[in-house]
Amino acid sequence: MIRPAPMVVLLGMAALAATPVFAADTAEQQLKQLQQQIDQMRQDYEARLKALEARVRQAEAGSSAAAVAPPSGTSSAATAAAPAPTPAAQPLTAPVSTAAAPTVANAFNPAISLILSASYASLSQDPGSYRFNGFLTGAEIGPGVKGFSLGESELTISATVDPWFFGSLSVALAADNGASVEEAFLQTTALPAGLGLKAGRFLSSIGYLNDKHAHTWDFIDQPLVYQAFLEGQLRQDGLQLRALLPTDQYIELGGSIGAAGPFPSGGSNGNQPGTATVFAHTGGDVGISHSWRAGLSYLWAKSNDRESWDVDASGNSVTQLFSGNTRMLVVDGVWKWAPNGNAQRTSLTLQGEYMHRDESGSLTYDGTGQALTDSFSAVQSGWYAQAVYKFLPEWRVGLRYDRLNVGNVDAASNNGNLFVPAYSPTRSTLMFDWTPSEYSRVRFQYAYDSARYGLTDNQFTVQYQLSLGAHGAHGF
Amino acid sequence: MQRLLSITAALLVALVSPAAHAALKVLACEPEWGALVQELAGDKVSVYVATNALQDPHRIQARPSLVAAARNTDLLVCTGAELEVGWLPLLIRQSGNGAIQPGKPGNFEAAAFVPKLEVPTRLDRADGDVHAQGNPHIQTDPRNIALVAEPLAHRLAELDPANAASYQARLADFMARWKAAIARWDQQASPLRGTPIVVQHKAFPYLEQWLGLVQVAALEPKPGIEPTSTHLSAVLASLQARPAKMILRAAYNDGRGADWLAERTKLPIVVLPFTVGGDEQAKDLFALFDDTVQRLLKALP
Repeated sequence: MIRPAPMVVLLGMAALAATPVFAADTAEQQLKQLQQQIDQMRQDYEARLKALEARVRQAEAGSSAAAVAPPSGTSSAATAAAPAPTPAAQPLTAPVSTAAAPTVANAFNPAISLILSASYASLSQDPGSYRFNGFLTGAEIGPGVKGFSLGESELTISATVDPWFFGSLSVALAADNGASVEEAFLQTTALPAGLGLKAGRFLSSIGYLNDKHAHTWDFIDQPLVYQAFLEGQLRQDGLQLRALLPTDQYIELGGSIGAAGPFPSGGSNGNQPGTATVFAHTGGDVGISHSWRAGLSYLWAKSNDRESWDVDASGNSVTQLFSGNTRMLVVDGVWKWAPNGNAQRTSLTLQGEYMHRDESGSLTYDGTGQALTDSFSAVQSGWYAQAVYKFLPEWRVGLRYDRLNVGNVDAASNNGNLFVPAYSPTRSTLMFDWTPSEYSRVRFQYAYDSARYGLTDNQFTVQYQLSLGAHGAHGF
Repeated sequence: MQRLLSITAALLVALVSPAAHAALKVLACEPEWGALVQELAGDKVSVYVATNALQDPHRIQARPSLVAAARNTDLLVCTGAELEVGWLPLLIRQSGNGAIQPGKPGNFEAAAFVPKLEVPTRLDRADGDVHAQGNPHIQTDPRNIALVAEPLAHRLAELDPANAASYQARLADFMARWKAAIARWDQQASPLRGTPIVVQHKAFPYLEQWLGLVQVAALEPKPGIEPTSTHLSAVLASLQARPAKMILRAAYNDGRGADWLAERTKLPIVVLPFTVGGDEQAKDLFALFDDTVQRLLKALP
């Protein structure tokens, strides 16, 4: 901050140097005159400095000085108080001046946010034995590891690129020191007619939970149906186009295409896309206390030798290679209630999704000493329903029920190799979390997991989540 | 896939009505700006207000209804200064509406035109929910409303030049009435000068500055952190050394902390409307400050 006193002395000395010597006056008179001049100047400059300081404060606050009257006259010190309103005398075309912000090199740095999480899990069964018997799945299923573990640390860097694009990168740093690109996309901001285009790697907008980052989930893990059918979440490397219709009712239509690779697609599909989706969302408010969203999505995926792993009856690991088409329908719905729309103290969220998957093609069953390829078809489904209730400003409790239906699986001559029990994997989960601020959360979760045939797993997990850096904005 | 895209495109073309819209559509983030637009534009615009007075403007979700409203609006009028940072950036991005992106004429931030108080000298979330640009609750000082009114009228005129004369006339009329009202409130509220107060959330620095109220304690230990029993006990103890005359909270705040303190100190609780619609009386901007001043005066011993 500017210190007025030394500056006044300096300015006074400068004035002294510039003052011509009055030959006629006595030294005493000169001194007196000078004293008066300096006093006058001090008053003058102090008033100006005060005004300047007030302006600097405003400029620092990034505010506009438009309506602040400049210091007028030397006697009136500008006050820091909000000035009295100016009458609307000026014509409406007068430009509105804004205070210039100081130039800093990092002013254009993107927003950076970091999510840290870690957990402790006590599992009554070996997580290595986790299976959805009768389902061809990806590798990333199950409750994770026993004991202490570091969760994924997610670093997100995002910014407006130029008047046309927004860019964002999310990198997940895993406990095994590996890094994976969760999302890296450009998004248009200036297309007409409510259109938005995303390109790069992005979480597909099918269903409700699919495009939600892990730190925004209400439970520690994904519903079983997401684990079984999407290996957690579907990420696409490709293009997504969505259109928000110009209606009062929220209606969003969209579709995406992406490369083959992410489950439930597998292998490569050459120049052709390996995944494609279409989705429609609608929603609105009911009174001021209720709001909802519902969606319908369809996913098509192409596989060329998509790998799934399993163990056979004698415990030897086997590989199952699926080639063919996956078609999946997803129905989702969310209902939120908060008194007067104020979710600060009390709120209730009901949420559910249903997925119906149809796979047809061929399966190569590669066990010890044999590889048998034959036609394969499976019509399977699954769903979950959950309720999360905020009963105090910092406390929530949640309940979730998961179920998979093994449906009809026909592997032709591989029927003898595949273990398809007439069994529906289920799981019931109770969650309890404490959110002392917007930036931290501690969560307790108990799951009674009967996903494996003939085995129940009691899973206790404690987890923390921290959010550092830029204030994230979360969707509905 | 191609067929799907063409169907989508055809649907869009059918739905985007080519007819010129009748009135400028305004989406106000908070009720006070909705009311100000109404004063300045009357029937020349249609206003959709995103939040009500019983909601905490810090914590809103980008609900489907808001996304739809943002999609269709011509002008977004919000407080800014990070008040809406938890939802507005997402709303703007999801809206697919190029006209309301930051920096565009369709994006109006009221706080940019007001000198801000409580600009933090250090930015650390250990201090709670601090806003880098200063306290964003600018609407509790009517002089700030006046500071916003003029650039807002300019903005309306810029986006809707056909009605520029109307906006100018309405602005002049509003400013004349507003000036008179401020003089009236200043005079009515003069007994409040120097009154020591306890606040729930640090939501009233502009009101305090205007009316000369002196905040001696806050129920929230840090901004945005709910009152804890230990902190309330500390507030209670501090009030013995520095007594207050009343406890202020906004209509949207949870009342339990204030009730707890009022029970022990016998201090009156003043529930201020905080914005238009915060109570029965605060139906427009004038009534908002009439009611605010009256409620404060009533609590004076």
